[in-house]
Amino acid sequence: MSQIISNFSILLQAPIFNLSLLIDGLMIGAVYALSAYGLALVWGVMNVKNLAQGDFVMMGGYTAWFMSLYGIHPLFGVPVAFVLMWGFGWVVYVTIIRRVIDQDLFTSLLATFGLAIVIAQVLNILFTSDTQTADAGFDSFLLFGGLVTIPQVKLIAFVLAAMLAAAVILFMKNSRMGQAIRATAQDERAARVMGIDTDKVYAFTFSLNAAICGAAGALISMIWVIQPFFGITYSIRAFVVVTAAGFGNLPGVIAAGLGMGVIEQFGGFILGAEFQQAIVVGLLLLVLIIKQMQYARLRQVVE
Amino acid sequence: MNSLGLKIPFYGLILAFGLFAPLMFPAYTNQMAVLWLMIILSLTWDLQGGQMGYNSLGNIFFFGFGMYVSAVVQIGLVYDVGVYTRASGGGIFEFTPVQYYTGLALGMAAAGVLSSISAVILGRIVFGLRGPYFAIGTLGVAIAAGELTGAWGWVGGGQGITMPQVPGDPDSAKYFLYLLNFSLAVVLFIFLSWLYSTRFGQAINAIRDDEEKAEGMGIRTTRYKSICWAVSAFFLGISGAVFGNMIGFIEPLEVAFQTINFGIFMVVMVLLGGKGTLWGPIVGAVVFHVIKELTWTYLLGWQWVALGAMIVIIVVYFQDGIMGWVKRKKPEWFGIRVEEKEFAGQPEAAE
Repeated sequence: MSQIISNFSILLQAPIFNLSLLIDGLMIGAVYALSAYGLALVWGVMNVKNLAQGDFVMMGGYTAWFMSLYGIHPLFGVPVAFVLMWGFGWVVYVTIIRRVIDQDLFTSLLATFGLAIVIAQVLNILFTSDTQTADAGFDSFLLFGGLVTIPQVKLIAFVLAAMLAAAVILFMKNSRMGQAIRATAQDERAARVMGIDTDKVYAFTFSLNAAICGAAGALISMIWVIQPFFGITYSIRAFVVVTAAGFGNLPGVIAAGLGMGVIEQFGGFILGAEFQQAIVVGLLLLVLIIKQMQYARLRQVVE
Repeated sequence: MNSLGLKIPFYGLILAFGLFAPLMFPAYTNQMAVLWLMIILSLTWDLQGGQMGYNSLGNIFFFGFGMYVSAVVQIGLVYDVGVYTRASGGGIFEFTPVQYYTGLALGMAAAGVLSSISAVILGRIVFGLRGPYFAIGTLGVAIAAGELTGAWGWVGGGQGITMPQVPGDPDSAKYFLYLLNFSLAVVLFIFLSWLYSTRFGQAINAIRDDEEKAEGMGIRTTRYKSICWAVSAFFLGISGAVFGNMIGFIEPLEVAFQTINFGIFMVVMVLLGGKGTLWGPIVGAVVFHVIKELTWTYLLGWQWVALGAMIVIIVVYFQDGIMGWVKRKKPEWFGIRVEEKEFAGQPEAAE
């Protein structure tokens, strides 16, 4: 307890630490926003809640890390993870998701939970349960006489995440496929009547989601650590962000992702690093309780 | 199958097997105890997942909660819990038989009662959540409980607690704990088969089929949901207390709040056997347990991958479960009459 208070007073006495935590949080939050955006896409278009989301992220991370072992710079891992995970997402769609898409939501939740276990365990067997980081070998910027350090790799990751998000948004707005995806999200039957091959749209959406997650994972492997069993935490993070923002609300998803990163950084600093997971889960419960209170109010208004 | 003449020998056979099998095959006592535990887990999950339609992924919370409550009661009756956990058991603290058995009895009772109370309180928070939100929310509760217990030094934190040993020689101690599991499963089964035949069973089925309409018909849904979850939590809490004593060492993430272990097994066993039936969870638990033991023995290292793949296959390709499949093939066994369409007039008309 005294540890928590002293940590808190550090923040009050040295405001510069706040800035450093804020910047760190925003940079990590950008990657959260990316994987949450993938979940929002799948959730909104296909009504599938993918609990293997975080494990897709880890797969992307291990792709970049594995390449760095052979002397390839992990930045090249980002496009490679994107392409590889696209293919993996397509395979998952054909074998699993296609068959649970019309079933009730709990089925898809459970099926993807099973998939998450498989992925985590295979990664564990292949790469052991050690935490890994792909060394990108960049320097850090020092601000305010060294009190605030901004690693260049985090800045690059932030910019890449923003670029990828912008590219996906433009694609959804302007391309033919993006239009088809949005049409299917609005009304699947009407879209089919209008001649859209919804099965193809679903396959594309799910693959795109997996690819986005893969790219996000490659970024995470550079700026943070990856470990086979960290996947579920990323799934919960994505879930929290999407639940808080609502899946049709893209600016909301980005804001909530960034906010999540910031809250986690501050919470981790004040409470201690061992509470990282508990903070994520606590946020989940908080968001769900708030959502429920909103529902309760809605019911009262209807009555 | 439904006649009384067949039922009595059938149940008698199961009872006899349950009582005497561990005496005949003492090497497998622990596996069989876990089998009965699996049956308890799947029956309690089915009570509110299959019969009431509230699919929880976090029922393991009550299991772990009961385990910790009973540990604290058992130890706290005799020693100071903080001192005991700091010494990590270590063989310093002895329990006389009287102390152990009163502690166990009180611990089991406290585990059951406090788990029920926690279910009612939690229900206030999460029952407004419908469908997948409920599943994720309960999963969150279970994970959070594991993490927080791990950070709580008084109950041993991540180090865990070494449980007091059952007095007497190890073989009879094993049999004693086995009997606790077995009798709990039998009591639970009898209780549930009575419960499903009452108005309560129909009410929770109505909630599953359409909650809004059930509410419209005057069923107090929140009350029914709370009671249902509390019953489930009561038995889960006691089984957690028994399992804690059986395994001898409890720890928050791997033993008590084992979200991806037992927590997901109970759901899969119910789905495998058939949701919303009385026998489905039992059949599912037996089949699953046998498969699990086989994969653990023959696929060492890959057992988790095999298990995850099995979950996916069961969920994706085998939704109805074993009982659902039998029901489709042999509807008359379940008292469902299938009207054969009569084409008697047709052949003559053709002539």
